[in-house]
Amino acid sequence: MNEPPGTAGPIASGEPGQRALTLRVKGLTKTYRSGEVEVPALRGIDLDLATGELVVLLGPSGSGKSTLLNILGGLDSATSGAAWFEDHDLMQVGDRELTRYRREHVGFVFQFYNLIPSLTALENVALVTEIAAHPMDPAAALEIVGLRDRLHHFPAQLSGGEQQRVAIARAIAKRPAILLCDEPTGALDSQTGILVLEAIEHIHEELGTTTVLITHNAVIADMADRVLVLGDGLIQQERRNPMRRPARELTW
Amino acid sequence: MSPLDRKLLRDLWRLRGQVLAIGMVIASGVGLLVMSLTAIEALQETADAYYERYRFAQVFARVKRAPEYMADRLAAIEGVQSVETRVVRNAVLDVAGFEEPVIGQLVSVPEDGEPLLNRLAMRQGRYPRLGAQDEAVLSEPFAEAHRLGIGDQLRAVINGRWRELKVVGIALSPEYVYTIGPGALMPDDRRFGVLWLGHEALQSAFDLDGAFNDVSLGLLRGTDPEHVVDRVDGLLARYGSIGAYARADQLSNWFLMNEITQLKTLARILPTVFLAVAAFLTNMVLARLVAVERSEIGLLKAFGYSNAAIAWHYVKLVLVISAVGIGLGWFAGYWLGLYNTTMYADFYRFPFLLYRPGPAPFAAAAAASLVAALLGTISAVRGAAMLPPAEAMRPPAPPLFRRSRLSRLALSQALDQPTRIVLRQVARWPLRSFVTSAGIGLAVAVLISSMQWLDAIDHIVDVYFLQAQGQDVTVGFAEVRSADVARGLGRLPGVMTTEPMRAVPAKLRSGPRVEREAVQGVPAHQELQHVYDATGQSVDLPPEGLVISTMLAELLGVAPGDKVTIEVQEGRRPVLEVPVAATFETYIGSPAYMEIGALNRLMREPPSVTGVHLRVDPRRRAQLFRELKQIPQVSSVSLRDAAVQTFHETMAKTLLIYVSFFIVFACALAFGVTYNAARIALSERSRELATLRVLGFTRAEISYILIGETGLLTLLALPLGVACGYVLAMTIVRGFDTELFRVPFVIEAATYGWAILVGVFATAASVLLVRRRLDQLDLIGVLKTRE
Repeated sequence: MNEPPGTAGPIASGEPGQRALTLRVKGLTKTYRSGEVEVPALRGIDLDLATGELVVLLGPSGSGKSTLLNILGGLDSATSGAAWFEDHDLMQVGDRELTRYRREHVGFVFQFYNLIPSLTALENVALVTEIAAHPMDPAAALEIVGLRDRLHHFPAQLSGGEQQRVAIARAIAKRPAILLCDEPTGALDSQTGILVLEAIEHIHEELGTTTVLITHNAVIADMADRVLVLGDGLIQQERRNPMRRPARELTW
Repeated sequence: MSPLDRKLLRDLWRLRGQVLAIGMVIASGVGLLVMSLTAIEALQETADAYYERYRFAQVFARVKRAPEYMADRLAAIEGVQSVETRVVRNAVLDVAGFEEPVIGQLVSVPEDGEPLLNRLAMRQGRYPRLGAQDEAVLSEPFAEAHRLGIGDQLRAVINGRWRELKVVGIALSPEYVYTIGPGALMPDDRRFGVLWLGHEALQSAFDLDGAFNDVSLGLLRGTDPEHVVDRVDGLLARYGSIGAYARADQLSNWFLMNEITQLKTLARILPTVFLAVAAFLTNMVLARLVAVERSEIGLLKAFGYSNAAIAWHYVKLVLVISAVGIGLGWFAGYWLGLYNTTMYADFYRFPFLLYRPGPAPFAAAAAASLVAALLGTISAVRGAAMLPPAEAMRPPAPPLFRRSRLSRLALSQALDQPTRIVLRQVARWPLRSFVTSAGIGLAVAVLISSMQWLDAIDHIVDVYFLQAQGQDVTVGFAEVRSADVARGLGRLPGVMTTEPMRAVPAKLRSGPRVEREAVQGVPAHQELQHVYDATGQSVDLPPEGLVISTMLAELLGVAPGDKVTIEVQEGRRPVLEVPVAATFETYIGSPAYMEIGALNRLMREPPSVTGVHLRVDPRRRAQLFRELKQIPQVSSVSLRDAAVQTFHETMAKTLLIYVSFFIVFACALAFGVTYNAARIALSERSRELATLRVLGFTRAEISYILIGETGLLTLLALPLGVACGYVLAMTIVRGFDTELFRVPFVIEAATYGWAILVGVFATAASVLLVRRRLDQLDLIGVLKTRE
């Protein structure tokens, strides 16, 4: 898994079959065991993510979308099924390889930014670029998300939206093959939320990063190439947007 | 059980590692204090009871020869309750199977019933019978050292004639709790022993019929012994008294009381340090433990629990943790105290042991620990309880970090981000970081000050025995002998060099100050036994005048150039005015020296000696010993190698055992501090560490942050600990100064090294224990919750 993440061509909706696949998932199940109770979270998911695609996962809470994202990101292991990142089998590897997978290929953005409070914005990004193979300059990553004049601020000195944009800069500074965002606007008001979505959109267009975005806000689905609706651990519905709507046009 | 109590139990179980670590720290303070206090109490109580039960005399005097009727005159002194006259003499013994000459102190006991004073604690057998010339009671340690039992025989040179003695009893005496031979510093039960023989038998053996040469007096309650001493001196001066003395100056008692004083010094300083560190740490850990419970406190308040109910809940938590520590400490302290006392009793030879620790030491140690623990908790609980519930349930706002000027420096630009996290964390809460460092530092300091004893003892042995003493054997005489005797000894087999010495018992006076001290005459330039300065210089004596130890100069309040009055306590008892020519520093005793020729001239006596130092060809030692045993004038033979060995053995049996407890406790302390520091770092940092794992950091990389913080604090703690250890050791050494013994303040580099190593090792062990928990970090759970 040493090769640099591939950069995709121009971004447009197209048939997934005609493009390289970043992630493939087949018959994925996940069952949580708590005591004697078994709770199925995923009950057989089949999914292909084409390189450069922007996919939105919709669904009520408990539908399994976070579980799916965690498995795709190498944070959790599936109970059964198959998952590949490019040519790499994600099911047959141990903690060490999953750590390396996250380190080299995956960018995460969470609802609660999870910045390190003792590091400045720039340093939070540098945290990742220091251990990545082909990172961008941390300042440049922050410039992409519009925080050029906030480089030396600590998290406690930044607004929620700014903190989330630092988290996005931190996620993409390593030039990941795949960007996973779990409710990135969940803790933000709509205006700030749109700023954050614009940042994600901008990065997707600029770098062509394969992006998966979880939300329960159906409006956000309009900015995706493809929308998957999860329910009861299964993909209930799949639709392809003929045209992606720019983030700035979204309102909720 | 109320749900709150159930929560309490589960919290305790969840925190069991920390509970135990804090408990260990509290226990080490409590345990040491209890151990020291109970040992002192027991030693003091045992000594008092022993003295009381066996009628240990209060005033003693030695004369050359005094008629028995003087006993009545002594009994007439106001405040004197009882008088016992005795014959006490040293004799060379020959014990089967032991090559070296042995010195026996022969002490007479009445043949018609138990002594009035200084009764024997008879362990086996009986007192000598009336008229039996050859029956002896042996002191128990001496009998044990030579495996002598009732019915066994040994030979003694009594008044120049070999006599066979039969062992009829084995006993202990309050007079010989600490049995020390002439010129020795430490008990050596193989080379020195006490033998009690019938009064009449000894009188006739030493030509003292109708006379005595030693007397002990018992006093009425409330009598001032010094007053009696003066009266006794007045009565006995003409009988060749070398001065009466009170119980406080009696050799065995003096050593015992010195030991108790030393123990008190140790009990005052070291356990206090331990308790302080324990209090410090308990306070810090509990405050942070409660701070973590902030949202639970808010929740409980939202349910309607009162502040008092919530405070009580956490106070109970602290009480349980403290109780664990106090209980462990009490238990350890009790048994170590008993162990210690038993060892002292074995060393100091008591016939019984009173180890009945009162509640005071236990209560004192517990109270100190509890107060410290509660203070830490109450402030933290109050902080949380003051908040409105809604606010308390929200986690505290993220801490605001600032970039210091330091971080703009070029050097810091080169730092990687994990290192920055560590540095900023430490710098953000300087007080908290300092407290942790101080805890580790104090553990290191206590270690240094404990291990300093080993260095000090090695140093004393090196200076006092190895460098200062060039002789192999020292022969002492019962009375002043002509210098020809020294030359005669030089012709004995194996003797290569001889050096004469003369000791003159005297009272040294300067104004109102008086010290009883023998003036020792030695050659101006000594080849065997050196007058040795603590700095390692051999001191040459001037042709005239006294050269005295700084301790004696201090006691007398004199300096070089001042005059000292010497009241000689033997011969024609001259009173002399002699100038102090110089002073020198020594660790042991408070000696006074003079050139031997000058001393003899002052005494107006021909060249005389009371002892001779010999250097001996080791191949002919056995032969020499055989010859020495045949010389009637010899009253003592001491061997340097034996003295060094006894010194080490004695130290190992007393001080070092005590010190080793401190070392063990200091290690526990170091571990307790570092383990808690690492656990707290983990609980506060777990979210960050999980985030880093998600970002692709490996376990080793996040361990670096965890280890880095504790390691950095340890690194800061080490120089602090070394500095504190230096000061602490110096304080203890100063507190330890007695007339007998001054502990040299010597800390070897290796001691610092070991202390530092223990600190580093404790940190490493703690961090490794905590690091295992990193494997169980809940990566997903952590990310789903707010900070």
